[in-house]
Amino acid sequence: MTAALVLGAVLALVVVAFVARPFLREPAPASDDLVQLSEGERRRLELVEERDRAVAALRELEFDHRTGKVTDFDYREQVGPLRRRVAEALKALEGGAQAGRERKAGN
Amino acid sequence: MAELGRAALLLSLGLVAYAVLAGAHAAYHRRRRLAVSAQNALIAAFATTIIAAAVLWTALARRDFTFAYVAQHTSRHLPLGYALSAFWGGQEGSLLLWLLILTGYGALAVYLNRRQRELIAWVVPVLGGIAVFFAFMLSFVSSPFDTQPAPADGAGMVPSLQNPYMLAHPPMLYLGYVGLSIPFAFAMGALLSRRTDERWIVMTRRWTLAAWTFLGVGQLLGAHWAYVEIGWGGYYAWDPVENAAFMPWLAATAFLHSVMIQEKRGMLKVWNMVLVALAFGLSIFGTFLTRSGVINSIHSFSQSPLGGWFLGFIVVVTVFSVVLIYVRLPLLRARTRLESLLSREATFLYNNLLLVAFCLTILWGVVYPLLSQAVRGETRSVSKPYYDFFLHSFGLPLLLLMGIGPLVAWRRASLRSLGRMFVVPFCVAVVTGGVLLGLGYGSSLPGLLAYTFSAFVAASIVLEFVRGRRATGSVFRLVARNRRRYGGYLVHVAILLFAIGVAGSSAYQTVRQQTLAPGQSMRVAGYTLTYQRLDSVRGANYTGFRAVLDVARGGSHVATVAPGENLYPIEGPANEASLYHDPRTLGDVFTTAQIAKGNVIDLKVLTKPLVNLIWAAGFLFVFGALVALWPDAVEQRRLADRYAAAAA
Repeated sequence: MTAALVLGAVLALVVVAFVARPFLREPAPASDDLVQLSEGERRRLELVEERDRAVAALRELEFDHRTGKVTDFDYREQVGPLRRRVAEALKALEGGAQAGRERKAGN
Repeated sequence: MAELGRAALLLSLGLVAYAVLAGAHAAYHRRRRLAVSAQNALIAAFATTIIAAAVLWTALARRDFTFAYVAQHTSRHLPLGYALSAFWGGQEGSLLLWLLILTGYGALAVYLNRRQRELIAWVVPVLGGIAVFFAFMLSFVSSPFDTQPAPADGAGMVPSLQNPYMLAHPPMLYLGYVGLSIPFAFAMGALLSRRTDERWIVMTRRWTLAAWTFLGVGQLLGAHWAYVEIGWGGYYAWDPVENAAFMPWLAATAFLHSVMIQEKRGMLKVWNMVLVALAFGLSIFGTFLTRSGVINSIHSFSQSPLGGWFLGFIVVVTVFSVVLIYVRLPLLRARTRLESLLSREATFLYNNLLLVAFCLTILWGVVYPLLSQAVRGETRSVSKPYYDFFLHSFGLPLLLLMGIGPLVAWRRASLRSLGRMFVVPFCVAVVTGGVLLGLGYGSSLPGLLAYTFSAFVAASIVLEFVRGRRATGSVFRLVARNRRRYGGYLVHVAILLFAIGVAGSSAYQTVRQQTLAPGQSMRVAGYTLTYQRLDSVRGANYTGFRAVLDVARGGSHVATVAPGENLYPIEGPANEASLYHDPRTLGDVFTTAQIAKGNVIDLKVLTKPLVNLIWAAGFLFVFGALVALWPDAVEQRRLADRYAAAAA
């Protein structure tokens, strides 16, 4: 009983120290803010995801064409809009990055 | 020692409660150190739960009957392996296993994704909330550390549980059930943090696949266990507790497919949130069915005080998920639409609708008797014909869709290309159906359809590999460049083998029963079984008999089988089936025997063609899942760049 209680108490001390570790290591940090994406960063992430989706769709179309799932006629019909979508996504991303650089320079 | 177990559990409860409160406060007020402290609490809770588990395992190994749990589930003569497996043989131990796996998974998921602080900050309180429920139950409602004056011996373990599968089946199922907590917590964390981009999906992709694999393998192990142990010759009885594991697996299957549409098209965001919540809710519901004792099942424990608590928790989880999804609907709107009903995306959607419809009909079959008892006071049961009807109604179209999907292009497919792609699989299916009809297999329409559809699916998958190899130059390169897709196809082949095995062993099985004296024979489906003698057997903790029978086919001896019965002094009698695996039919001759009088036995024989394909499918299922799970360095670099670019 006593041994179990001692073990329990030691265990409690160890876990309390582990839980309190962030405060013990940094008693007075310069910043305690949890990093959060800004609106601009969120928008940029959306654009990156959109770019990746557009590129993946183009790759899928090309692979489906090579494996015969998409006929030449269907491929010619679909590849143009998809390439435009990729170009638009890249342009939007570049535009966003440019705006970000200008904001930083302005600051 | 019980005090140490209780103290460790109380510490776990305190830590996970802190993870909820401090974690939610830190996430809401954006306090970095407090958020990390809450993460540490979740990790520490795993350590304290390990200590509680170690205490219970030690007590089980030592047969310390001062622990009421140990006395209820083991005995002095029970072999050590089974004594240790009694950890999950009872209600309290099972709950502890839940908490152990949950805190372990939680600690690992938090550690691996610790840099994604914004999302993890909200994931921690969600995981903590689930853990609080289990830690509370273990500390105050159903403790494995209750003590008593030690009796001379324990009650032992139910004989049917004394099987090597006891060591693997329950933990495997739990790894699956509990694993679904991780995608759920990340999904809810994404909604709470308003981070509804794809990051939560990327972070939980492997977790979901692993949980789904464990759940699938767990069910297959359980099916084989039932097949070899219980002595009725079946492997799935639509038992409510079996259904309880099948339902979250179906929901997770739907999620694994629909989440690909979100990744590729940015669609189905709401649907994916609903599916991930449904899968998790069903995993809790499954635990409730097993642990509450509300249903009579070979798996369930006696009436327990857990039912009300579990129901309350299910209500809380459901309300929390529904409200959160509803509040965040504006963030989940898709910007793209389905381009065509003839596209790969559309086949995924049809597959989702069928899977969820099948899942909900099973849920209704499980819930209806409970509702009928609660509302009208009548005992009603939903039996095999109900489930079989929906298995055929949803299962056969699902099987067919597995073959259609690979033939259809993404975005949209023209009728011309579809016609070209379908011609070979269609011809293979028609020829297979015709040949089977010619061979007399038309006696079972579902069986015939299952085989015909299977031929279609097999041809479609083989063609997919052949065309892919032609396009990339080698099968290895083909699989390496898209492990998820081709691992998925291997899993589809496994499901196909499974379906063929189920159709063969159920639609075309033969059952015969006969009373035999030594020297007498019986004939069944081309086999002749001759009863030779009755032998006595003695094991570590049982005595019993075996009826020794020669099995012959076409006049030649092919095997000896020895069905019988074991008698456990404390636990009672148990059937021991004996099987002959026939490599010619890939099926079994399944035998059970009971003593009728003296040396005369009642022999029951089932021939089950193709049944071994079901178990072979399990190996392919695991292999396919591993291929899909295997990390793809190129993909990981791409995703790392994506999230680095977002913050640039």
